[in-house]
Amino acid sequence: MSVFITRRVLQSLVVVFVMSLLVFFGVNIVGDPIDMLINPEADQEDIEAAIRALGLDRPIHEQYWYFVVNALKGDLGKSFIFAEPALKLILQRMPATMELALTAMIMAIFVGIPLGVFAGLRPNSKISKTIMAGSILGFSLPTFWVGLMFIMIFAVMLGWLPSTGRGETTSLFGIQVSFLTWDGLRHLLLPALNLALFKMSLVIRLARAGTREVALQDYIKFARAKGLSSSRVVLVHVMKNIMIPVVTVLGLELGGVIAFAVVTETVFAWPGMGKLLIDSIQLLDRPVVVAYLMITVLMFIVINLMVDVIYSILDPRVRLKDVKS
Amino acid sequence: MSTTSEVATQAATIVRPVREQTPVGRFLSDFFESRIATAAVAVFAVILFVAIFAPWISPQDPYDLMVVDVMNSRMQPGEKSLDGMTFVLGSDGAGRDMLSAIFYGLRTSLGVGVMSAIIALCIGMTVGLSAAYFGGRTDSLIMRIVDLQLSFPAILIALILLSIVGKGVDKIIIALVIAQWAYYARTVRASALVERRKEYIEAATCLALSHRRIVFRHLLPNVLPPLIVVGTLQTAHAISLEATLSFLGVGLPQTEPSLGLLISNGFEYMLSGKYWISFFPGIALLITIVSINLVGDQLRDVLNPRLER
Repeated sequence: MSVFITRRVLQSLVVVFVMSLLVFFGVNIVGDPIDMLINPEADQEDIEAAIRALGLDRPIHEQYWYFVVNALKGDLGKSFIFAEPALKLILQRMPATMELALTAMIMAIFVGIPLGVFAGLRPNSKISKTIMAGSILGFSLPTFWVGLMFIMIFAVMLGWLPSTGRGETTSLFGIQVSFLTWDGLRHLLLPALNLALFKMSLVIRLARAGTREVALQDYIKFARAKGLSSSRVVLVHVMKNIMIPVVTVLGLELGGVIAFAVVTETVFAWPGMGKLLIDSIQLLDRPVVVAYLMITVLMFIVINLMVDVIYSILDPRVRLKDVKS
Repeated sequence: MSTTSEVATQAATIVRPVREQTPVGRFLSDFFESRIATAAVAVFAVILFVAIFAPWISPQDPYDLMVVDVMNSRMQPGEKSLDGMTFVLGSDGAGRDMLSAIFYGLRTSLGVGVMSAIIALCIGMTVGLSAAYFGGRTDSLIMRIVDLQLSFPAILIALILLSIVGKGVDKIIIALVIAQWAYYARTVRASALVERRKEYIEAATCLALSHRRIVFRHLLPNVLPPLIVVGTLQTAHAISLEATLSFLGVGLPQTEPSLGLLISNGFEYMLSGKYWISFFPGIALLITIVSINLVGDQLRDVLNPRLER
C-alpha cells in the first residue's frame, strides 16, 4: 500500500514539474511575458522596474528558477485591475465555486443513483425508458443554454427564484457560505441544478449499467434465495457493488465540475473563481489567468491523486497490478 | 413497435442466411433497424443541407447591412415588418431575421465542429497507431502524455489556450483539436493493441512490408469501427464546446457568429422576456447535437461485435 502511494505521489510531483514547465514556457515563449505580466498602462520606468522585479532581464533558466521560487512563496503576480495579489483574489472566490460544485455533486449523486438503479432493475418499464431518454438529453444539452432556460422559466416567467448572485451568506468556520440561509439557498438552487444536470446523466448511466450487471450475479441470487427482503438486496448488495465505478468516475469528474463551473458562474453571475477567470480574460488581466491556471492544475493533480488512492483502497486489484508491472 | 416493422425484422432474419450480404449492406440494414437512428440520420441530413445551402435558402442575408434594418429589431416570432417581410422566428436586437441567423450560425458551428473533429481524428489516429505498433518506450511516452491531458477537462484546456492566442475561427479549431486529439489516440491505441497480435499482422511483417504499409493498409482498416464511433460522438462534443466557448466570449469573433454567439447575444434580452433570440438558436444547437449523438449511439451498437444482435 505505501509503495503504491509513494509511487503515485512521486508521479504527481513529476506532473507538477512538467506542468510548471509548460505554463512557464507558454507564458514566456508563446506569449510575450512583458505583454502578459506587466500592466500595459504602466510608464516606461515602471515597466523597467517590473522587468527587473520579475527577472525578465536574466537568462531563461534563471527566469524559470525565479518563477518556481515565486510560485512556491505563493506569489503568482498582481492583478492589473484589482491591484491585489492574483492568488489572494482567486482564493477569496474559491469557497463560492466549491460550494456550487459540491452542491451539484451531491444533487447528481442523490438523484442520479436512485434513478439509475431503478432503470437498471426494470430496464423495460416505461419509467426507465423515460429516465434513459432524459439522460441522453442531459448529455446533449449545452450547460449554458440550460442555464439560460432556467433563468427564463424560473426567474423571468414564474418569478420563483432569483437569477443572479449568491444571496445572503453566513460565516461557517471563517468561510462565507450561502447554503445556511433561506435567501442563499434560493440563489444556490438554480446554478447547482444547472451544473449537476450533466453529471446526473452520467451517474444515471453508470448506476444503470452497474445494476444490470450486478443483478445477474450469483451473490444476488443467493441473497434473494436466502429470503432477504427486496429492499435489503438492492440497498446493500446491489448498491455496494455499483459504488466502485460511480465513486471513481465522480472523483475524476469533480475536476470537470469545477471547470464547468466557469460556464454556470458566467450565466448566473455567481461570484466564484470561474467568473473571475472569464472577467480576467475579457479585461486582459493576465496575471489572474496565469494564477488560475496554476491553481487549477495543482487542484486537478491533487484530486487525481486522491481518487487513485481511494480507488486502490476500494479495489485492491488495481494496486497489485500496478506494483507488479 | 408496430407490427409492420416486426414483420420486417422477422423477414430480415429469415432472409439473411439465404441471401449473401456485402459487409456494407449488412451494416446499413443493421443500422436502419432502429427507427430512432433512422430519424436521427434524416434530421442530420436536413441540418447538413441547411448548413451547406444557408446563403441560398435563408430569407435574408443577416450580415448584409443593406438588408438588415434596425427598425425591425426585436420583432416577435411571426411578426410582419413594414416592408412585408415575415420574421418566422422573430428578429434580434439589430433587426436580423433569427431564422436566417440560425441558418448561417449552423453553417459556422457545423463547419468548426466537423473540421476540428476531422483534424483531431487524423492526429489522434496517427499517434495512437504508432503507439500501439511500435510499443515499448514510444508507447509509454505517448500514453503518459495522453493520460496527462485527459486528466484535464477539454473545456479548461480550450479556454486557457484561447485566452492566450485570442479569438478567431482558425484559433478555435486549433484549440478544439488540441483539446480532443487525446480521446482518439487512446481509442485507436486500445483497439490497435488487440489487432496487432493477430496473425494477419504477423503475416504482413513476414512479407517484409514497410512499417507504413502495415500500419495504414493492414492495421488501420481494422481499427476503424471504434474510431468512427468516437469520431461521431466527439463531433457533437466539439460543436457543444465551440458553442460554450463562444458564449463565454473567447471563441468566435462577432463577425462570424455561431449558434453559441447568437445565444449569448440574446442573453441580455432574455431578462426582459424576449426569449426567442436565445431560445431558437439553442433549439437548433440541441437538435444538431442530439441527432449526432443518436447516430453515434446506434453506430456503437451496430459496430460492436461483442453485442449480440
